[in-house]
Amino acid sequence: MIKFSNKNRFKDKLFEVWGIISTLIGIVLLVVFIGDIFVEGVTRIDGKFLKSLPSMFAEKAGVYPALMGSLWILFLTAIIAFPIGVGAGIYLEEYGKKNWLSSLLEINISNLAGVPSVIYGLLGLEIFVRILGFGKSLLSGAMTLSLLVLPIVIVATREAIKAVPPSIRQAAYGLGATKLQTIMTQVLPSSMGGILTGVILALSRAIGETAPVIVVGAAAYVGFAPENPMDEYSVMPIQIFDWISRPQEAFKVNAAAGIIVLLFITIVMNGIAVYFRNKWQKKVKW
Amino acid sequence: MVKKMEGNKIMLEANNIDVFYGDFQAIQGVSMKMKENSVTAFIGPSGCGKSTFLRVLNRMNDYVDGFSLKGEILIDGKKIYEKSVKVEELRKQVGMVFQKPNPFPKSIFDNVAYGLRIQGIKDKELIKERVETSLKQVALWDEVKDELKKSALALSGGQQQRVCIARTLAVEPSVILMDEPTSALDPISTSKIEKLIFELKKQYTIVIVTHNMQQAARISDETAFFYMGKLIEFDKTDKIFTNPSEEKTENYITGRFG
Repeated sequence: MIKFSNKNRFKDKLFEVWGIISTLIGIVLLVVFIGDIFVEGVTRIDGKFLKSLPSMFAEKAGVYPALMGSLWILFLTAIIAFPIGVGAGIYLEEYGKKNWLSSLLEINISNLAGVPSVIYGLLGLEIFVRILGFGKSLLSGAMTLSLLVLPIVIVATREAIKAVPPSIRQAAYGLGATKLQTIMTQVLPSSMGGILTGVILALSRAIGETAPVIVVGAAAYVGFAPENPMDEYSVMPIQIFDWISRPQEAFKVNAAAGIIVLLFITIVMNGIAVYFRNKWQKKVKW
Repeated sequence: MVKKMEGNKIMLEANNIDVFYGDFQAIQGVSMKMKENSVTAFIGPSGCGKSTFLRVLNRMNDYVDGFSLKGEILIDGKKIYEKSVKVEELRKQVGMVFQKPNPFPKSIFDNVAYGLRIQGIKDKELIKERVETSLKQVALWDEVKDELKKSALALSGGQQQRVCIARTLAVEPSVILMDEPTSALDPISTSKIEKLIFELKKQYTIVIVTHNMQQAARISDETAFFYMGKLIEFDKTDKIFTNPSEEKTENYITGRFG
């Protein structure tokens, strides 16, 4: 006979309540934070704020150079990290033989994802800024952030490729497709949703990073918007931090407004990622 | 188009095949000859090596880690494990149909056209013609001719499997390997596929792995019984099912083990 004791029921309930509380803590904190920021900063956001240069006077100051710097960094990081990360993912999943070398690579890639981002900054400073001589440019910053997000892109690519059933590859091979044809015509199209989702999420991490770009020379004050990859630049998080650290109250409002702009970019990017995921999930059902 | 029923010409020949996965020997010393325009069935309990042996015939095992092979396989007189053989060319000649219907997540038309397109064929009329011919061969044309753009995944399991067979036929192979093609299908779809196999053997040489003994008896001309990686008996299907020479074969087909 099975006995459902009250004690077990109580434990069950307790566990459920604990789960609810845990979930609420995260959500409530986030709502309070975003609410606070909005109340403080949303009125500050207008066309002028987005299009103005930084200034000593809080009322005149704008985010234009930092915003453009962030968008440049986003774009450059995407075009650097996407081909390299996806290429590495394809290699590891489709070509790499299972031996000690591939295990070593795998462990290292997972570990890289856990390295503090400022370390990437130091690496970027040495290699891109000094040895390769790119200086304090957008290019140095984007390359450094590419290193930072590469592990995420590689892991996402591998997971997406793994989700393609082996039967699809076999079908292609069985019809005389080469390995390259199989990857290009079946594996990649079927896994592109997952890959793009991973890439976008990786980029939304990159856009919020501060430490590594400070190390490779992004400036707190730039009086112009960057126009090519070799220009000096600032990015949104640095601009926000610069404002927050000033004593005048009016700059705190600017910081809140800057955070809203940055949050908006991140939310849009996540939205795009969700869109891709849903679109591909609908299209590809096994 | 229809090849002459020569009956006796040897299409596939295996000489003393050993297959290893790492240290594990999956096939031991298998030799057999399969005739053109006939249906050869492989039967045997799970893990007996029949599927492995089938996949040896179009080098589908090449990508399996640790796979190695000794002995030689000749298809239409050509050794297929020679270095000079392009495995993609081989697979165009030796097509394969799998256990679970595995259409690509594309339209019916694109599924059947896939094999032609990857060969670099651009002639749209030719592709259209071959798609139509292939779908007619598998008796699916009338069912799908108005919805060729529909995803193949929206079809029923039996229809999907016929799309997969049509896809194989479109590249005009001479041999078709079938790995338990009806095991995931309902009885009605199964009987359609069996009827189809009967039609197809007029033009193609068919090798089929099956767990269904009645199926082997119904559709095959010759039957090979595998057990523990060895070919125990290989003979005319009638002989295998009515008067097998080996005790193991008899025990298996009468259901005493397996």
